[in-house]
Amino acid sequence: MSAISETPAIGLTHGGSEDTGLGQRGPESKSIVVPYGFWLFVLSDMVLFSALFASYATLVHATDGGPTTNQLFDRNLVAIETIALLLSSFVCGLAVIMAKRKNMAWTQIWLLCTGLLGLVFIGIELFEFTKMIGEGAGPQRSAFLSAFFTLVGCHGAHVSAGLLWLGTMMAQIWAKGFRQDITRRLLCFSVFWHALDIIWVAIFTIVYLIGTLP
Amino acid sequence: MFGKLTWDAIPFHEPIPLITSIVVLLAIVGLVAWVWRNGWWPYLWNEYVTSTDHKRIGVMYIVLALLMLVRGFADAIMMRAQQSLAIGASQGYLPPEHYNQLFSAHGTIMIFFVAMPFVIGFMNFVVPLQLGVRDVAFPTLNNVSFWLSASGALLINLSLFIGEFARTGWLAFPPLSEKAFSPGVGVDYYLVALQISGVGTVLTGVNFVTTILKTRAPGMSYLRMPVFCWTALASNLLIIAAFPVLTVVLAELMLDRYLGFHFFTNDGGGNSMLYMNLIWVWGHPEVYILVLPAFGIFSEVAATFSGKPLFGYRSMVFATMAICIISFCVWLHHFFTMGAGANINAVFGIASMIIGIPTGVKIYNWLFTMYGGRVRFTVPIYYLIGFMLTFVVGGLTGVLLAIPPVDFVVHNSLFLVAHFHHVIIGGVVFALMAGYTYWFPKAFGFTLDERLGKAIFWCWFIGFHLAFMPLYVLGFWGATRRMQHIPDPTWAPWLNVAFVGAAIIGLGIVLTVVQLLYSIKTRDQRRDITGDPWDGRTLEWLTLSPPPHYNFAVLPDVHGEEAYWTRKQTAIKEDKLIEEPNYQPIEMPINTPTGVIVAFFASICGFAVIWYIWWLAIVGLIGAFAIFVWYAWRDEHEHIIPVKEVRANARERRRIRMEHLHTLSQST
Repeated sequence: MSAISETPAIGLTHGGSEDTGLGQRGPESKSIVVPYGFWLFVLSDMVLFSALFASYATLVHATDGGPTTNQLFDRNLVAIETIALLLSSFVCGLAVIMAKRKNMAWTQIWLLCTGLLGLVFIGIELFEFTKMIGEGAGPQRSAFLSAFFTLVGCHGAHVSAGLLWLGTMMAQIWAKGFRQDITRRLLCFSVFWHALDIIWVAIFTIVYLIGTLP
Repeated sequence: MFGKLTWDAIPFHEPIPLITSIVVLLAIVGLVAWVWRNGWWPYLWNEYVTSTDHKRIGVMYIVLALLMLVRGFADAIMMRAQQSLAIGASQGYLPPEHYNQLFSAHGTIMIFFVAMPFVIGFMNFVVPLQLGVRDVAFPTLNNVSFWLSASGALLINLSLFIGEFARTGWLAFPPLSEKAFSPGVGVDYYLVALQISGVGTVLTGVNFVTTILKTRAPGMSYLRMPVFCWTALASNLLIIAAFPVLTVVLAELMLDRYLGFHFFTNDGGGNSMLYMNLIWVWGHPEVYILVLPAFGIFSEVAATFSGKPLFGYRSMVFATMAICIISFCVWLHHFFTMGAGANINAVFGIASMIIGIPTGVKIYNWLFTMYGGRVRFTVPIYYLIGFMLTFVVGGLTGVLLAIPPVDFVVHNSLFLVAHFHHVIIGGVVFALMAGYTYWFPKAFGFTLDERLGKAIFWCWFIGFHLAFMPLYVLGFWGATRRMQHIPDPTWAPWLNVAFVGAAIIGLGIVLTVVQLLYSIKTRDQRRDITGDPWDGRTLEWLTLSPPPHYNFAVLPDVHGEEAYWTRKQTAIKEDKLIEEPNYQPIEMPINTPTGVIVAFFASICGFAVIWYIWWLAIVGLIGAFAIFVWYAWRDEHEHIIPVKEVRANARERRRIRMEHLHTLSQST
């Protein structure tokens, strides 16, 4: 009898096969199921942004006699913003590698860098927004500006929420160490952070680059 | 301090909402006191409110749906009564501002808080059982989803007592729903409630797609999944792809209303047709989010009660996925009159007709499943036959509406109202009632009373036709929808027939309550001892009724398309069960109050936003974040069910099954 009771407990995910095939060998392990579900959530977020892009594309010329894209956007500022965000994703990747090696100090340092670069991004974005609003080009000015502030602001809100998550994540890694569920969560965070980059690349292209074509 | 909220928000001088409020409040207080007196709180809290068990969450969704059905139906019968009374010189008993709230609330509640929770409830209850697993992929998230839906429902109903509801129709089209034309809190109630429940729905979508694609019993390849699971997969894929668009469009309207943005306003370059496009990019797939699982239910019912495998299983799967994709290519048929031009209208018209083809394939599959089978005329089969008769006609009127020139004529008329009720009642509601009867014994261990069940079916069937066939006629005569007063007295007879029909449906709803109470009272006569009361074919009938928390002691090995049927037939032929497996302890997720606390803060925050009480909104947000961190911090996620308990339960089940097997093999 004791031989039976010593066998490991099986959870929702059965023994946990690691194959990523068609799932016919039984339920997958948590290390597959959790990131998979998180990817789906990120996909739904992408759909959300696609609707915002559609709104922007529809309203970009509805300036109501107000300022147009060419008068408002500054490529140089956006370039710095972009570099900060892309770099932030890069160091986030470094943090994940360090977490895999269970190196607490470097994981925390890279996560801190991720957060600081994110803050730089948010800072520049807020600077741009306040400048525009100060010039009378706030979201109430025209449908174009409503769509612009909503699209870019929604991305900014995502980054800010990500920063909040990042802070919680760092505290958690510090307090609980590299437990399996914690590293899984860190992986989800990095997926989220990279996804925000992808969206930013689209914003950079569709809003700022096309918007500043001569 | 309290934003826009003053004592004026309580409808003191409007008798109808005031009396309703008092009655509902008394009922709630009475119910709470009754539960308290009987000492049922701990049971409710542990077994339902904080439960992560997909079966319990499914039951809670369906209870929510049934409660909201009563509310939505009350709105409906009041509208029918008004239209029967307010003809010619009479103005009826409802002033326009109240009537407009009624039809808006009716549509919103019936789609978002009846049909959606009902369908999601079945997916919750059935999908993990049919897949042969122990729970969904993310059980805690599942609990959170439910409570967010409930929070949305709470806010919608609160609008009856505090303030007002939208007067804009169930989709709140701008510019009417903009601040300039709807300055009250009604539209804000609508927007906030739908945003909160929408988050819950997206999380459900993520949860179920992961569950179906990543956690299935060993051997259950894609083409061995029951059709209900396929339709649930399609439905949840649609949720993931469509609901974020709803979130965006409602958020944009909120920005217009709260912060003076110009997305859909008449001035500032706003474009209200953008709203139409976005809301229907969500809205049309939403129809299939509801009806695909309904088709799934009928597929299960058809096969079980015909005693035959489902005809054309693969074509059914193919048709389901075809509908899933095409449903994203038809949204413009909701506003052909926008003026997009003949070519665009033609493309969308043709796409809308094409989607009828896979649906037709399904109808033939159900017919051929029944053909040559030994059909048992139980309540679900009644609904199946009633559905096929009704839905085909409703589908045909849909094909008619898909022709742009015809649509220009009957656009926004009662013809349209009749059409979508035809497919939603004839398709979705009939299926939900069939599913309710079909899976009730699995949830509670006894069947529902058959005679009353048939009476309810006839109420719905006859009531539906009486209530909506006249509307087709009136629609052809030019009656537009949402009229508080009827100018033409010659329409009176048709409207009266429609009222009688609605009253018959109402009788059906009353009988549903009677049936439930009567069935509980006489449950000992209809116990489901074996766990397989209908001679089923899919894995949910393999466990006992009600199933243990962990569903299966050992995940079943699946061979062939009809996992349980194959296993059962082998057992009958060999007159023995499969060899006793090696039981192991089972790890199950622990209960958590996270969902109900998150929903509590979401409700607070939502209420504060509706009434511009900003400090309270911030409190709500901080509370929600705090519970998130608290949840993330916990160290224990699962508890272990000892092998002794698992083994004892499983042996008891095997004993019951063995007895059942002997009776079966003696009778054949």
